Amino acid sequence: MKALFNGMQANVPLAVSAMAYGGVFGVLSANQGVTWAEMMALNLLMFAGSAQLVMIEMWSVPMPVLAMGLAVLIINMRYLLIGASLQPVFDGRPLWKKALGMHLVADENWAVTIAAHRRGGTCPAFLVGGGLMMLTAWSTATITGNLLGGLIMEPERWGLDFAFVAVFAALSMSLWQGRQDLLPWLVAAALAVAGEQWLPGKLYIALGGIGGALTAVVLEIVQNQRNPRPKKEPIPDPPDKTGRKDLQ
Amino acid sequence: MTQLFHPGAIAAILLASAITYALRLGGLLLADRLPRHGPARRFLDCLPGTLLVSLTVPGALHAGVEGMIGLGACLVVFLRTKNLFFTMAAGVMGVCALRWIF
Repeated sequence: MKALFNGMQANVPLAVSAMAYGGVFGVLSANQGVTWAEMMALNLLMFAGSAQLVMIEMWSVPMPVLAMGLAVLIINMRYLLIGASLQPVFDGRPLWKKALGMHLVADENWAVTIAAHRRGGTCPAFLVGGGLMMLTAWSTATITGNLLGGLIMEPERWGLDFAFVAVFAALSMSLWQGRQDLLPWLVAAALAVAGEQWLPGKLYIALGGIGGALTAVVLEIVQNQRNPRPKKEPIPDPPDKTGRKDLQ
Repeated sequence: MTQLFHPGAIAAILLASAITYALRLGGLLLADRLPRHGPARRFLDCLPGTLLVSLTVPGALHAGVEGMIGLGACLVVFLRTKNLFFTMAAGVMGVCALRWIF
């Protein structure tokens, strides 16, 4: 019980920040015609900010259900890695605890939990406490924004149509791992811009993402050939790699 | 009575939620089988970033010169504050200001 509370407390600063952009996000959802009930269902059942943003951007009647599912699969692929990195936190716990605890994993409480775990161990309750804190903040803000959103006239005048791009930009920048990402990101951007002209629907996102990540793989192979490492040792991280080491 | 769910919305929400949950729990259960080193690892590490870039850049280009400047504002503020909200606010306010002026 105490760990649950500690987890909530540790996530308060992140929850405040999430409320701020959740409010903007709620306004956007209203402009796209998403009802408060749909927004709440997404908050409770999916609980994944960037994937919600993409779904709302694609929101139209008739609903492109499969295209949305594919987009969510791609955007949320990182949860596979995030889930894997939580293995030490859940080590030795029964399956039902894993099944319940993993639903409330967001980027924020995951990062806080991993950091706490490195400082001296933590438990699933700490993670869940953080998740509950984030869910409360996120739901309050998005639903308030959604209900007030219809009142804002001419969203373009206030730059709110650009909010999508700005949120994505902010999220991408938080994923920057260092200089070795520069070329892959440039390739991704170029492929996406070109693909948008030539490919149907939202396929350009997959083209850019996969092309960019493949560039990173090629770069690493070329670098390893230039400075071959002893065979038996595990390959260490590049020294200038920042952030997201937690996934290792 | 106002409509609470659009036709197809429940299916879309349930599908997206099931996929997301499967990824979260699947990652934890598969933890020992995912590659920890090598090219496949690098690919998986890099994918979230390149995907988001692919989403962002075409949208920013559609917003024209204001969009490019807004994106620049995002970059500057992110490097200074590392805060998601301030970064987003800088982009929106930058675009908004440019549209009011010109």
